[in-house]
Amino acid sequence: MSTNERIGVYICHCGSNIAQTVDCAALTEYAKTLPGVVVAKEYKYMCSDPGQDLIKKDVAENKLTRVVVSSCSPLMHEETFRTAVEDAGLNRFLFQMSNIREQVSWVHKDKVRATEKAKKLLRAAANRVLHQRPLERREVPVTPEVLVVGGGIAGIEAALRLADAGKKVHLVEKEPTIGGHMARFDKTFPTLDCAACILTPKMVSVGQHRNINLMVCSEVEEISGYTGSFKVKIRRKATCVDNASCVGCGVCWEKCPAKKIPSEFEEGLANRTAIYIPFPQAVPKRPVIDRDNCIYFKTGKCKVCEKFCDCKAIDFEQKDEVVEITVGAVIAATGFETLDPRTLPRYGYGRFDNVLSPLEFERLTNASGPTAGKVLLKDGSVPKSVAILHCIGSRDEKHLKHCSRVCCMYSLKFAHLVEEKTHAEITNFYIDIRAFGKGYEEFYHRLLKEGVTFVRGKAAEVTNVAEAPEEKGKLIVVAEDTLLGKVRRVPVDMVVLSTGLKARSDAGHMAHVLGISRSADGFFLERHPKLGPVDTPTEGIYLAGACQGPKDIPDSVAQGAAAAACALSLIDRTRVVLEPVTAEIDEKLCAGCKLCIANCPYSAIEFDETRKVSVVTEALCKGCGTCVATCPSGAARQKNFEDAQISSEIVGILASM
Amino acid sequence: MENQERFEPRIVGFLCRWCTYTGADLAGTSRIQYQPNVAAIRVMCSGRVDPSFVLKSFAEGADGVFIGGCHPGDCHYSEGNYKAVRRYRLLLRMLGQFGIDPRRVRLEWVSASEGERYAEVINEFTDEIRKLGPLEWNREQPAVSERSIA
Repeated sequence: MSTNERIGVYICHCGSNIAQTVDCAALTEYAKTLPGVVVAKEYKYMCSDPGQDLIKKDVAENKLTRVVVSSCSPLMHEETFRTAVEDAGLNRFLFQMSNIREQVSWVHKDKVRATEKAKKLLRAAANRVLHQRPLERREVPVTPEVLVVGGGIAGIEAALRLADAGKKVHLVEKEPTIGGHMARFDKTFPTLDCAACILTPKMVSVGQHRNINLMVCSEVEEISGYTGSFKVKIRRKATCVDNASCVGCGVCWEKCPAKKIPSEFEEGLANRTAIYIPFPQAVPKRPVIDRDNCIYFKTGKCKVCEKFCDCKAIDFEQKDEVVEITVGAVIAATGFETLDPRTLPRYGYGRFDNVLSPLEFERLTNASGPTAGKVLLKDGSVPKSVAILHCIGSRDEKHLKHCSRVCCMYSLKFAHLVEEKTHAEITNFYIDIRAFGKGYEEFYHRLLKEGVTFVRGKAAEVTNVAEAPEEKGKLIVVAEDTLLGKVRRVPVDMVVLSTGLKARSDAGHMAHVLGISRSADGFFLERHPKLGPVDTPTEGIYLAGACQGPKDIPDSVAQGAAAAACALSLIDRTRVVLEPVTAEIDEKLCAGCKLCIANCPYSAIEFDETRKVSVVTEALCKGCGTCVATCPSGAARQKNFEDAQISSEIVGILASM
Repeated sequence: MENQERFEPRIVGFLCRWCTYTGADLAGTSRIQYQPNVAAIRVMCSGRVDPSFVLKSFAEGADGVFIGGCHPGDCHYSEGNYKAVRRYRLLLRMLGQFGIDPRRVRLEWVSASEGERYAEVINEFTDEIRKLGPLEWNREQPAVSERSIA
């Protein structure tokens, strides 16, 4: 193929990452034989400044018109090199990258075959770049508002940081109050400061902040649009209370006759009424009516709350409302769930009264909880011995493969609290103690000094079948003590199961709404495990807190603030550039069959009745290219993914050496 | 004799940028080894894979074609992968008429977090094509290559 184009090819060694498997010298020599290639060079680190300067210098000196870099994945450095090419004076889309690290040198050991594959990929790129065209990037205005989904500590932190920066924040929370899991904790490890004391001031700030539009009992139903201008549909569920009129005086829930409803906030250890606030410090301090349990909704009679409400805030006819907003960025802070201990029946949860889940223990030990902070057995007596079982469901092939990160530390915290409150004999059953954070190891040592017993071995079961007189009437924890090399049976009064953290059961649905992926463990997938832990592949959608993976409070706060910074750096630009990979339709070739219209997921194609052709609305097109694959006449074209460009790659891959 | 050596099939892969290409990158970052027979072309969505790309690949001498997209429900563009699977089913029926074993084309869902699965699928597909042997469609019908898309 003859061409007037002048291609420069640059082969990156990536230190030894590429060079140890791919023969870079041979690849460079091979590049020189390809059509249009006038310069081919190898360099240790192409992404470094000297590497980029190499390109810039050659564009000037050798009058290059196209550039190819064989290095890492384009998902890693395409932007870097496109910018270098642009700085050199070429259009940034007259550049192509071939991935010889992630998809060659790191996955193949045979040097000869790896080099051969690198040649194929390079040839495909050099072929393709000849067919590429200069493109203009689209610029769209940015709406300087942010949606934060989830009002736990990560979402609260993100919302406050943004609001303090003067940005409008829409904070959407599913529950009737913000606060998330942290609001239910008593003390926090390792400093043992009271969770409520450090959290509730932040919750109040959120409730009062003039830049925060707080929507509780609300769920995000749909997100459309694009970076800088996401259109969001939020369903505000009917609470039967008019928040504007209500002053939160509390008469309604005092008078409500339906009093025996297990409180979700108290893990069912205490009851609430049908009209209720989850806990006294709830933000907003506005009650909601639980329709499933409300006597009026069940029988058609009652309305006691309405009778006593001086503010006339009760509205039994209230309907769900769908609110539509536009935001520039979205922060997902949807949190986690704890593993249901019922999925591990051998530990007796649900069968034995005094086997507790970690959240139940948190409520039990909480000063504002059902026992006013006293650690008590179901019969009201004080336990004389307590076992805390680590890694229940975590690091377990059958349940959660991952380490849930926080369980060791909250188990140590529980041990300390039980010691402090009951002086009971405490035994921890553990696999490894993972005390990784600041002050954590020191806390573990403190516990060792407090006389807590640690048995190295994961508990196998909890039983009430006594085999010895001292086991009568007790719960017996059976575990192999791996340090002694023998099975032990430890009789105790109370067992706390330190269950792991898992992705929320609605995480799949949420990922779909957000248009993001999940990792194998079900948590949301970040853009890069190291360099993009807060970003997602979609610019403008960020992650905060345990929705991305198990996290403790400091890490959730840090990620919340980081996500706020990411969102801020996006919305503070007045405009954002979008990839010009949109579709267009050649009117001369369009037969007017409308197949493209039927296939477009964004309704971005309209039919022009006067000219009898389909027309793409560029602002709505997201560049998937499915209309192009569908078009029988070849009239539809996707910029930078044209048929000729992809075909030239096919030819490049398959051409004989 | 050349045919005494192990046959190394030539396979073209079309990988969606959001899921499978990222999954392939993850296999790299995790240093999971697999056979080097598949060379990947990145597309924005598996829905972009025109069936004629597959025919073009065979016409140019490919022994197999791999298409990788997002799992159902995970498509970055809502439903591009469903479009891909529709075209794929039709394509399989057409391949028979061309005398091409439909096993030579494979559509798989590989997510961005499934680096290990990407390696497994590629190894398995490569072995299958190796068993099927060379296609050499380009040699039998050289004219097709010129007739097919640019």
